[in-house]
Amino acid sequence: MWRDAVLVATKDLRVEARSRVATNQVLPFSLLVLVLFAFALEPDRGVLRTAAAGLFWVAVLLATVLAVSRSAALEAGDGGRDALRLSGLDPAGVFLGKAGAVAVQLVALELVLGLGVVVLYDIELTGVGTLAVTAVVATLGLAAAGTLYGAVAAGLRVRETLLPLLLLPVVAPVLLAATRASEAALGTGVAGIDVGQWLGLLATFAVVYLGVGVVAFGPLLEDS
Amino acid sequence: MTDTKGNAVTLALGIAALLSLAATVVLGLSLPTTVEQDDYSRLIAIHPGLAWASYVAFGVTAVASVLWLWPRTRSRTWDLVAGASAEAGVVFTALTLLTGSIWGRPTWGTWWVWDARLTLSALMLALYLGYLALRRVPADEDTRARRSAVAALLAVLVVPVNHFAVEWWRTLHQGRSLSQLDPGRDLDGIFIGAMFLGFLAMTLTYAWFVLTRLRTLRLEAELEDVALDVALAERRAEAVEALT
Repeated sequence: MWRDAVLVATKDLRVEARSRVATNQVLPFSLLVLVLFAFALEPDRGVLRTAAAGLFWVAVLLATVLAVSRSAALEAGDGGRDALRLSGLDPAGVFLGKAGAVAVQLVALELVLGLGVVVLYDIELTGVGTLAVTAVVATLGLAAAGTLYGAVAAGLRVRETLLPLLLLPVVAPVLLAATRASEAALGTGVAGIDVGQWLGLLATFAVVYLGVGVVAFGPLLEDS
Repeated sequence: MTDTKGNAVTLALGIAALLSLAATVVLGLSLPTTVEQDDYSRLIAIHPGLAWASYVAFGVTAVASVLWLWPRTRSRTWDLVAGASAEAGVVFTALTLLTGSIWGRPTWGTWWVWDARLTLSALMLALYLGYLALRRVPADEDTRARRSAVAALLAVLVVPVNHFAVEWWRTLHQGRSLSQLDPGRDLDGIFIGAMFLGFLAMTLTYAWFVLTRLRTLRLEAELEDVALDVALAERRAEAVEALT
């Protein structure tokens, strides 16, 4: 399973390295979202600074939808799904590989996006350790849930419009928990936030969706 | 062939649902007004019942999805039950939010608050709207059923996570109506009576909705099969005509 996962992840990342869709499209899009927030929220009043953690995670969520859509599209054409199914790879391995590739791309994106928030929203970076843990655990959950729903919506003609509707309500707890934990690290939120509680929620989410993906990806890959 | 008219059970259920709904309305409107909430306290006759019915509906969707996925119990019926129940659930959730808003405006002073239970209901509405959208995507029967069943289970899975997330985030809603049962103190007997009648009425209405919708869904599926046969026969006839 793990060997297959590494194979699939390497393949997806190699496709990304050659096509540069995430680098040239998803990343600029999420930076653009940060700029749009600034237009909407009037930078001078300090709203941006207080809301920075939440805005950052909203931007990450939007990028997740695009990254997952792209990840599912890799196999959509030229009978790629059939090929994947016939390749003899363990479906659980395929799931972990695809989720892993999405997670790697999202972490890279979060690093750049984080830099963007620091520069554009005038944030003083504190609690870097907490931020890093939050980002990693939240990203695992996002990648796992995203890959699952990517497979549910894959092959549908309405994929682009349906995926956000399916995925965003599901990852809402990740947005909540990651935002609260990041606020606690940055000191911009309400005092007395229990970071451990929110990190626990993020970890539970990631474990549940990784587990379900390992079990359910096989049947999902079979249809369509 | 599915009966196009519905049978005695659906008829009896429909009459029972309508009668109990009428009784709920009559009893609900006869409730005394309370000092704090004025007329709006009477919404207790329908609001908790609607919320209850939506939970029942989503529960049934989950169970039916499991039954479809389980190879031994797999049948078209469970897929259709899951779909019919989710449709009813979305209606009841929307009505729960609506009646809650109507009550919240005079009582909390606002149509909407970011309270845990409200937020959870709104998220559930979005989840199941997505599920219904997925069901409407054309696909062959087995594919659609498998995809929907997995999506329904994924949706159920996230409900507890969402529950804790929003619970820790915000809590303003009073405790669950039933867990506070202490007659004579918070809720008077007649209010409790009206609330339970509401539970009964909404449950009956829900069951009636689902059975009726199940029948129409079956008919739709049969119509599709028939239409395919007809189209095939027509094409064949054309071919024969062209040859002769």
